[in-house]
Amino acid sequence: MDFNDTPEEATFRQEVRSWLEANVPASSELEGLDYIGTAKLWQKRKYDAGWACIRWPKEHGGRNATAIENVIFGQEESKFDTPDNIFGIGHGMCGPTMMAWATDEQNKEYMPSLASGEKIWCQLFSEPAGGSDLAALRTRAEKDGDEWVINGQKIWTSGAHYSDYGVLVLRTDPTAPKHQGLTYFFIDMKSPGIEIKPIKQISGGANFNEVYFTDVRVSDAQRLGAVGQGWQVALTTLMNERASIGGGGGGVNFDSVFKLAQKVMIDDEPAIRDKTVRSKLADWYVQESGLKFTGYRSMTALSKGEIPGPENSIGKLVGAPKQQDMASFALDLLDASGAIWDKELSEEAGMFQATYMGSPGLRIAGGTDEIMANIIAERVLGLPQDIRVDKGIPFNEVPTSNS
Amino acid sequence: MNFEFSDEQNLLREQARGFLNANCDTKVVRAILDGDASYDTALWTKVVEMGWTATVIPEEYDGLGLSYLELSVIAEELGRALAPIPFSSSVYLATEAIIAAGSKQQKEAWLPKLAAGKIIGCLAVAEGSGRASAKSLTMREKAGALRGSKVPVADGDVADIAVVIAASATGDGASAYLVELDQASVSREVVPTIDPSRSHAKIGFDSASAELLGKEGEGWALLEKLYNRAAVLFAWEQVGGSDTALNMAKDYAMGRFAFGRPIATYQAIKHKLANMYVKTTLARGNCYYGAWALSSDAAELPIAAAAARVSAIQAYYFAAKENIQTHGGMGFTWEFDCQFPYRRSKLLSVNIGSEGVWQEKLISAIEKDRAA
Repeated sequence: MDFNDTPEEATFRQEVRSWLEANVPASSELEGLDYIGTAKLWQKRKYDAGWACIRWPKEHGGRNATAIENVIFGQEESKFDTPDNIFGIGHGMCGPTMMAWATDEQNKEYMPSLASGEKIWCQLFSEPAGGSDLAALRTRAEKDGDEWVINGQKIWTSGAHYSDYGVLVLRTDPTAPKHQGLTYFFIDMKSPGIEIKPIKQISGGANFNEVYFTDVRVSDAQRLGAVGQGWQVALTTLMNERASIGGGGGGVNFDSVFKLAQKVMIDDEPAIRDKTVRSKLADWYVQESGLKFTGYRSMTALSKGEIPGPENSIGKLVGAPKQQDMASFALDLLDASGAIWDKELSEEAGMFQATYMGSPGLRIAGGTDEIMANIIAERVLGLPQDIRVDKGIPFNEVPTSNS
Repeated sequence: MNFEFSDEQNLLREQARGFLNANCDTKVVRAILDGDASYDTALWTKVVEMGWTATVIPEEYDGLGLSYLELSVIAEELGRALAPIPFSSSVYLATEAIIAAGSKQQKEAWLPKLAAGKIIGCLAVAEGSGRASAKSLTMREKAGALRGSKVPVADGDVADIAVVIAASATGDGASAYLVELDQASVSREVVPTIDPSRSHAKIGFDSASAELLGKEGEGWALLEKLYNRAAVLFAWEQVGGSDTALNMAKDYAMGRFAFGRPIATYQAIKHKLANMYVKTTLARGNCYYGAWALSSDAAELPIAAAAARVSAIQAYYFAAKENIQTHGGMGFTWEFDCQFPYRRSKLLSVNIGSEGVWQEKLISAIEKDRAA
């Protein structure tokens, strides 16, 4: 048991590090650009040097790297102050789905500009009536010649407002049972009839959107998989969503709350002297280290060319509530001033307050805590699915909130 | 990155699991729980024959000279099987104390016997309720003899030698002593515990002759060191036990029907079991790090051991209590096996310092590390 790279991995890591040292943009280079501009500049630079989407095939803009090399690249890149990544959904979910289901010609056409950051992709799955129960989505697509006509509404679409393309699942047969009436497409987000409205979140940000479709036309050639096979294609996307390893290092964590507890006073003593504070910090530390070393186990599997075990599925379920609880606790430590959320007046420029207000979203996005627990119970532990009253009956006869 | 056990170590795990499946099912645990025997002597004999008691003892003292990774593997499997034998006392504590602090003579005298299972060792620290400290100990050495009593001492009724932590003859520090327990001046009585499948005793010393183990006044430091090492191995036993509780709950939930369907289909049950899995997985991750730190004598051991211990205590307690809950009324009956992990989880968590003690050790160790 050791923490060392294999000789090949060490060589690769050094190569990555050298390239990053020479190429991460200096802040002067980024002046005057907004976050989209800086993200695109950095992605293009990586792409030109062969360091974009490195697991992808070369002909699609990658470099045929292994899974462990991809992890190493991510680890090294995270040590640098690089522009925010706005391509996560495109590179992590849309691209892999396209490569699994689109034609060679389509991938040759669309993948390189996705890898280079020239084009941004988004994912249009959730709907007002289809969140955790994703397959209950109702946005319709009706065949018209060699085109489909789309009507309905998507919601929680991250980055829709700056995306060029999107992948989406649509209901093509409302008379079929829920999972069988779906079909998967990719679409030009600038198509006539698409209207995008930002959703203001409780954290004050607006990363999500509502996307309305009114008689939007999409070519049948942009269908992925067979008509009625949309759920199967969607699973490719969702599996990629949950396949990422490690991460979760940013924001409020043990280190930031530990430092805060050393700094703020309780009854004339640093808070860290308080037994309750120490006990809580210990609990969060063991969660964080438990996740970290579970990640190391997954990395070991990747390093050996194996698929990581199911233990990797616990990350979000542990990490998201932990962020929320730690942020809440940090505000308590600050006492009355915990209420202040201001770049100048708050500790750490308001990071604890921002996490307090942002963490409810972490526990919902990409699968709620409850759905994640179901996934662990069903896919890891092998427990049977809950009874579904909508199983096997035509979708348009399934009871809804309005019926 | 190679953060996994080796193929050989995994083979050892398979052998250990197979052996314990064949020789230590829950009937074996129940027999000790229900009967008068302090431990399963037949199982102990076989464990000794397998060489497990000799695992990390150096070859020059007739041990196998293997690493703590191998011992971690064995610990997890013994915990999984809820083995009713004095392994932790003899191997993780007494043997370790002699390896760490024994003179050459003491090592030659005791390690080969411990390796061969000819004797059983134990560790005597507590003197009744509450958390002992170097200053709270009332038992004091005087002219090479100990007077007073220790309670509870895990496996104290069956051990042949005890490592006793007592106040030093001079000064206000503590020292460690080796005491042979077959002296006339030593009296022993079994004390009832929440887990009768692992025996505990009160040991009275009436001027029992004792020899110093390590240096005068360094007993408490030795104890802290021992605990840091044993914490990793206890944590592995606890993780093994958590798995057992989770599997019991899972099997029952799959087979038990209520309102016309298996209770495993209800989210209330699923989420309970998912949480058991999450806590056990986190603890296992920490145990991996603990095993690495222990086996490589790393400076990180105090942090790694405390993290493993805290998360393993939490995981096992949670899995054990929620296993009973999953079983409903049947889980509360003597007839069912749910009581075993519930008993054992609490026993293991109070044996070498409880959750709060280890939370405090963890934060202290982190403070020390960050200040350095």
